[in-house]
Amino acid sequence: MFKASVLITFGLLCAGTALAEEGEIPLLEAGTDIRNIESLQRGARNFMNDCSGCHSLKYLRYNRLGTDLKIPDADLANNLIFDGAKPFEEMTFGMPPDSADWFGKQPPDLTLMARERGVNYLYSYLHGFYADKTRPWGVNNLYLPGTAMPHVLYYRQGLQKPAYKNEKDPRGNAKMVLAGVEPMIPGSMKPEEYDQYVRDIVNFLDYAAEPIKAKRESMGIFVVLFLLVFFVFSYLLKKEYWKDVH
Amino acid sequence: MAAAPETAGTGKGFIGWIDQRFPLTKLWNDHVAEYYAPKNFNFWYFFGALSLLVLANQLVTGIFLTMSYKPSAAEAFASIEYIMRDVEWGWLIRYMHTTGASAFFIVVYLHMFRALLYGSHRKPRELVWIFGCLIFLLLMAEAFMGYVLPWGNMSYWGAQVIVSLFSSLPIVGSTLVEWIRGDYNIADPTLNRFFALHVAALPLALVFLVVAHIMALHEVGSNNPDGIDIKKYKDAEGHPLDGVPFHPYYTVKDLMGTAGFLIIFAAVIFFAPNFFGLFLESPNFEPANPLQTPPDITPVWYFTPFYAMLRAIPSAFGTQVWGVMVMGAAVFVLFFVPWLDRSPVRSIRYKGPIYKVMLALFSVAFVCLAVCGMKPPSGIYPILARICTAVYFAFFLLMPWYTKFDRVKPVPERVTGHV
Repeated sequence: MFKASVLITFGLLCAGTALAEEGEIPLLEAGTDIRNIESLQRGARNFMNDCSGCHSLKYLRYNRLGTDLKIPDADLANNLIFDGAKPFEEMTFGMPPDSADWFGKQPPDLTLMARERGVNYLYSYLHGFYADKTRPWGVNNLYLPGTAMPHVLYYRQGLQKPAYKNEKDPRGNAKMVLAGVEPMIPGSMKPEEYDQYVRDIVNFLDYAAEPIKAKRESMGIFVVLFLLVFFVFSYLLKKEYWKDVH
Repeated sequence: MAAAPETAGTGKGFIGWIDQRFPLTKLWNDHVAEYYAPKNFNFWYFFGALSLLVLANQLVTGIFLTMSYKPSAAEAFASIEYIMRDVEWGWLIRYMHTTGASAFFIVVYLHMFRALLYGSHRKPRELVWIFGCLIFLLLMAEAFMGYVLPWGNMSYWGAQVIVSLFSSLPIVGSTLVEWIRGDYNIADPTLNRFFALHVAALPLALVFLVVAHIMALHEVGSNNPDGIDIKKYKDAEGHPLDGVPFHPYYTVKDLMGTAGFLIIFAAVIFFAPNFFGLFLESPNFEPANPLQTPPDITPVWYFTPFYAMLRAIPSAFGTQVWGVMVMGAAVFVLFFVPWLDRSPVRSIRYKGPIYKVMLALFSVAFVCLAVCGMKPPSGIYPILARICTAVYFAFFLLMPWYTKFDRVKPVPERVTGHV
């Protein structure tokens, strides 16, 4: 009976999930690794170069970044702090609120974006810009249609054009559906270089969203191992006490 | 000098000194050392003790969170990030609290399911069950208000949706909602009062009810998987033959259960504190924004069965109050289970096939409702939610009939086996 219930429930859930996932453009795999300090360091550099002009990281402190990413104080002060902040201050640079008048939206703070949208989304988003003359900045995004952001990494990635496929709507009329992007104008980076460049940024944002993440996971292994041993002893203790109960 | 009353302790030393002034040894004996529990408790009986463990976890971690949290709309969100980043071990304390909230509902749902399996709500344990239902009700209020405190966008919109449910009540509705919010919108005063209720009023009431729950249980004695009375056969000293003293037998057994639970609990805290967006929802990493709703407003997973029932009921006669009433009734009906169940036996082991099928259907419906509540109301979900709502209520409302006519097996005199 119990097994049957589980099977029925599982079946219904699978049917539901399959139904929900139709018609969305699948996200790219970010392939980030929060333990890769070099990638995080490159990501911090890339972020400060290309993102920090508009986006703040207002919950992250410079010196926390320095400690966690093993960046010496001098390098931190000379190469990463551009706004004259003290090392213990938070990374509150970025655009003022009235920038909403220029972009239609104030560029959001990115400290928690990786937890809000996920690393695959961020990685995809930075790969998803394509030429669209109807948009104010001349680009649209595959993963965030109507995005307010210009293609800041244009000179690195180059420009892509939209790719369409033919589909039929429920009435049988043919229609064009946006299916992906294809290269149009090359940028300064090869595609693999750009992938790695973006991967490092996304990895860094994943770190920024939860600086304790890597440490938490490595700590967790010892906690769970301890509890497993504790469980064995508690089981033996229980067995010892209960051996007289019949 | 008059002799001390019989109940006051006669022991020597420090404990004796206390016993003459406070029933320390008596309480210890009544509730732990000489509380005889049936010896055949199985896996399902871990969840009572585990609920207590999670309650303690919530109280202790909650106190520490309160030390750094700022209950104001302007500062709440940032203060959570301050806890996560700058407070020593703040991330662990917060994850213990957020994971604890979900764990609380998991153990409580399993604890309640245990009662439905073995008839733990039946006479003479009706009050144990009713106190339990009150705890469940308060727990939902406690969890809801706690969820608002981080002031993320899902906190905000969840509060918006749930609080405005009261506006569907006739006549008093809109005034009531304004009174609850303390403003014309979910705003700073709402957050402030939810904080007061979450950290003071509700935990106090919860602890009081838990004490009442346990006292009522220890007055009548625990049920067991056979659903039979162990007090019928006693040894020369008057102790039940099928009972064992809670301490040390169940203290060591619950210690093992605790260890097992903590393995899973710690695994979630350290490796998946978001738990795939179920324990910490991704839209809640964006600060509350009254101008932008999240893509789908869904409550946390433990409320979704009830939320699905709310949405399953269409509005009629120009009001949506029916869905609110059904949702309320889904919790309210639990209080009546001791009287709805007319079976001559308590335990599912000796109940007939109809009860088994009904309980299985009920369990499937409950899980399906939980899923429906998480999904946007389109496709198969609205119709699935309606069917499951019907099954949910059929399980309870038809219980007086199907339990009465169901075939039952003979009940043993003594408990059967133990692990």
